Amino acid sequence: MDAPHNAPALIEVKNLSISTKTRSLVSNFNLRMQPGDRVGLIGESGSGKSMTASALMGLLPEGVSATGSIHLAGHAGNLVDASDKQWQKIRGKDMTMVFQEPLTALNPLMKVGPQVAEIMTSHKSVPSKSAARSKAVEMLESVKLPDPQRAARAYPHQLSGGQRQRAMLAMALANKPGLLLCDEPTTALDVTVQRQVLDLILESVTELGTGLLFITHDLSVVANVCDRVLVMNNGQVVEEGSTVEVFTNPQHPYTRGLLAASDLNATDEKGRLFTVASAAAYVPPTENEPEPEDLAQLAAVSAEATAGRPVLPLPAGDEPVISVEDLHRRYPVARSTLFGKPSEVHALRGVSFEVAAGQRFGVVGESGSGKSTLLRILAGLDQPTSGSVKVAGNQISGAKERDLIQLRQQLQIVFQDPMGSLDPRMRVRDIIAEPLLAPGQKVDSAKQRKLVAEMLGAVGLPRDAAERFPHQFSGGQRQRISIARALICEPRVLVADEPVSALDVSVRAQVLNLLSDLVDDYQLTLVFVSHDLGVVRHLCDNVVVMNNGQIVESGSTEQIYDNPQHDYTRTLVNSSMSLRNELSLR
Amino acid sequence: MAEEQVLSAKNRRKASPTLIVGAILVAAVVLAALLSFIWTPYNPVQAFPADRLQGSSAAHLMGTDRYGRDVFSGILYGARITLLVGLVAVGIALLIGTPLGILAGMRRGITEEVTMRGADILLAFPALLVAIMFGAVFGASTLTAMLAIGIGSIPGFARVARSGTLQVMSTEYIMAARASSQSSWRIARRHVMPNIIGMVVVQCSVSFAIAVLAEAALSFLGLGTPPPVPSWGRMLQESQQFLGTYPMLAVWPGSAIAIAVLGFTLLGDGLRDRFDPKLNGER
Amino acid sequence: MGIRLLINLVRFVVTYVIATVAVFLFMRAIPGDPAQIALGVNATPELLAKTRAEFGTDRPLLVQYFDWALGLPFGDFGTSYITRQDISPLIIDRVQVSLILVILAMIVALAIAIPFGTYAAVKHRNPSGIVVSGISQIGVAIPNFLAGILLVVVFAVGLGWLPANGWTPPGEDFADFASRVILPVLALASVQGAILTRYVRSAVMEVMSEDYLRTARSKGLGKLESLIKHGLRNASIPVLTVTSVQLAALIIGAVVIERVFVIPGLGSMLLDAVGNRDLLTVQSVVMVLVAITLIINLMVDVLYTVLDPRIRKGA
Repeated sequence: MDAPHNAPALIEVKNLSISTKTRSLVSNFNLRMQPGDRVGLIGESGSGKSMTASALMGLLPEGVSATGSIHLAGHAGNLVDASDKQWQKIRGKDMTMVFQEPLTALNPLMKVGPQVAEIMTSHKSVPSKSAARSKAVEMLESVKLPDPQRAARAYPHQLSGGQRQRAMLAMALANKPGLLLCDEPTTALDVTVQRQVLDLILESVTELGTGLLFITHDLSVVANVCDRVLVMNNGQVVEEGSTVEVFTNPQHPYTRGLLAASDLNATDEKGRLFTVASAAAYVPPTENEPEPEDLAQLAAVSAEATAGRPVLPLPAGDEPVISVEDLHRRYPVARSTLFGKPSEVHALRGVSFEVAAGQRFGVVGESGSGKSTLLRILAGLDQPTSGSVKVAGNQISGAKERDLIQLRQQLQIVFQDPMGSLDPRMRVRDIIAEPLLAPGQKVDSAKQRKLVAEMLGAVGLPRDAAERFPHQFSGGQRQRISIARALICEPRVLVADEPVSALDVSVRAQVLNLLSDLVDDYQLTLVFVSHDLGVVRHLCDNVVVMNNGQIVESGSTEQIYDNPQHDYTRTLVNSSMSLRNELSLR
Repeated sequence: MAEEQVLSAKNRRKASPTLIVGAILVAAVVLAALLSFIWTPYNPVQAFPADRLQGSSAAHLMGTDRYGRDVFSGILYGARITLLVGLVAVGIALLIGTPLGILAGMRRGITEEVTMRGADILLAFPALLVAIMFGAVFGASTLTAMLAIGIGSIPGFARVARSGTLQVMSTEYIMAARASSQSSWRIARRHVMPNIIGMVVVQCSVSFAIAVLAEAALSFLGLGTPPPVPSWGRMLQESQQFLGTYPMLAVWPGSAIAIAVLGFTLLGDGLRDRFDPKLNGER
Repeated sequence: MGIRLLINLVRFVVTYVIATVAVFLFMRAIPGDPAQIALGVNATPELLAKTRAEFGTDRPLLVQYFDWALGLPFGDFGTSYITRQDISPLIIDRVQVSLILVILAMIVALAIAIPFGTYAAVKHRNPSGIVVSGISQIGVAIPNFLAGILLVVVFAVGLGWLPANGWTPPGEDFADFASRVILPVLALASVQGAILTRYVRSAVMEVMSEDYLRTARSKGLGKLESLIKHGLRNASIPVLTVTSVQLAALIIGAVVIERVFVIPGLGSMLLDAVGNRDLLTVQSVVMVLVAITLIINLMVDVLYTVLDPRIRKGA
């Protein structure tokens, strides 16, 4: 399985433990990599994976210390005890790192070219400054930045997210390091860009023979990129092995739970996603199955899942719950030149669709696609420039605040950010009861109390949660509170705005199952906005795909996923990763 | 649910040394002021020409000034003037600046532009300059000093309240509140105010420190509380001609001013550490 | 960039005009008849009328306002009602003295604040860093006139190294100018330096936690090297904001310090005018101080665009 042990290791880490004065963060971490190895380090938030990466770079934050040993090829001695001077020779030359957030990882006041050149001049790997400058442009070209000359002269804010991450990679690879550390390098990127950047990383390290340590929470990304994986939980590696082995035959219950929860193609007999709790019944994917080309099989899995769910009959000629016609929204933008025309952003350009009662309607799009604008208009929080929007019989376009009260009784939202969507200074009771305070609602405090208790029960939170504050809950629990708030005034339509994208994988499945159950129990119409095709596919029966403020394709879920017609949809479908797919494509 | 662990109850951080020292110094000034209402060793305005310019002694803890007035009594009484001016000035700025800031943060567009330009104009008139103008037109008094410092402190409150409001208004819980048709007034009362109150309290403390400094400067220039009522700034000014012979006459009121300012600054810093969500986070 | 500058220029003009209106109304309209003030309560009606005509205060307020406000940009401030002297040459003379004080003080303050603030941030966990922060904390609490008095006690009265007060223009006798300017500048700069030290410290601390500094370290740059090459320019932006605000505070601070050191600057002129109830002079000096503050703000905004490329490219 592993490379023979007599070969010289690229890096060898033994019994690495990291702790603050009061708390242990990582204990007994072991790692041995040969040149050119590609190892994935998987873990959820708080697992200690990023701290491990920092320790390997000798960049632990103040107040955090490490014990154990790190040996790097070409450098004598244990690097855990190395001085900063020794580390300076290693960092950027033998070992480099790409970080999660490419905007903040680049100096905003310095042009991209000099930032790439700096890594070469500081290690004197090029003879002169001008050589470093031209080499920097070469590097920017090698990471396939369009017009590398111009990119070198640009400031980071002038590049897109994907371009910035490419520039980071150019920087990291400039000195041909033996080991590249990537800490969630594609998590902040759009689906289509993620695929391109991953391909680029894979291509580059293969070409240069660079060892890759890839840190992520995303199992499908690891399946795509790495040969070997380490699974971390609570500061400890719970399982290690080849990617195929670990993903097809997990030994540790945590790995199994993680696999089960992140596999959106697999459902239990009731059509629900597996959670960590129900993972025992989960059948891990097997290698080379399903056939990569055989998408029909995937569709079957999905269809099965939908089959368990009662689909409300839609009487022909019945009024749709939401109907949107030729919706436009333009925002004025501050002009940049004195006499130029004031420019504007055309966020929505002629969007039309209908949602029938009881439908689970998915809206898929990347950042800047206009899906958030659409959502704000649906909720009456923004007015369209032109076009018509009817929700449950209420015309939103041109409506006064007073007229929107009716609408908002019918339509409620669950937001993305479990931290930001609950007022930190309010008790959960008051948060959930807030929609009952809308003008026209007459609910006395006893009734209010009863309703809050009911809702807490419905979302699976204990009754005493009502008296507590949001910070006393975990991310998943906060999303439950958010859902309870949305449903307390018994709306007909529930709009969910990326409700699980900020959650850990193991929590995601629970929240999705809850959402699915509640939509059935309360006979809701669900509009689910997401960038994640896997999630939408699991949950929705109809989908529209948005790009550049337009709907490029719409139809039933199977139709869109299995037989995409529009180029953009095809790219999107091909770019999005599922564990099974990536594993079978290996 | 077993798999989701409830985060442990809010781990209240212990009060920082900054906060404690600040609170102690402020308390000392407040106690001195309160004490002056019921007791001072001598009448602070009564002159004893026979006892002029004495050093520290059991009879006169901090000595006497050129008219033979007891310096310690003057310092105690001066604390009262200092706090009075500070309270009224901060009160004016708080009551005018904060609502304006909230309004500017919630009503974008014209309201915001007008309010913030107004704050900009006021910003070009520091408290001391306003006080000088007041002094020129109305003559110097405690009242003009309080009003002038209060007006000069308005922009600070408006800016803090506005930036806090903008932060709150950009959150998803405000979206949620608007999505359930909560009125602006209710959003301001239920969401905005509770969330910016920390920042406003910090601003109160910081402004108080500035007000103490400004009051001292005004009475130093003879534009504050008129004689014979003792104020720290004028005690300092009167000490100037005796610097060669009786430097302690400058040291006592000087220290009193420094202690009061330091107290309010430290208190503000300590409170900021406590309220600042960025510092209070997980890291 | 052009549009931003234009917007700021328009804002500057609007703010300035509103400020002139406010100052005029406050200083001219509220106090009442300048002729009465100049002549006292016992003046005869004939004399009053004659004096009013002489001052031009018999004209409508609006005319008087434009007469005054339109002269300001050209350095024409009118004739004092009390001293009957032309105010303009006096202001131009005095403004130079005050500007010398303020600019020197700001330079010294920054020379103190930048190294010490950076040091306190880099060593914020070491005792030495905490001591620097502590000293700056105490410095903030000391009013500049107290600092001035203490400096006089030590260096003029105690050690006798420097004169306790007075002023000589630099053109006349530079050595004497230097010996007289040191203490007032130090009095202003020590307090200002303490304030700025705290802002520099927090700006550098903020920058030290930024991701791009971690990137710089991961490239193999040393701690200090990465801070100097990547951190300081980023930290300079918030420090610049504070410096502009503090410069305005320094101008007012100089008013007090001129009093302590008996320096014939704008501050002394202003306070003397207040003492004489010479309202037109007060009104004009106040406007000069306000205009200087506004011009500083405008210049700082131009500096921002130079420093920060994100602003340069429009929104």
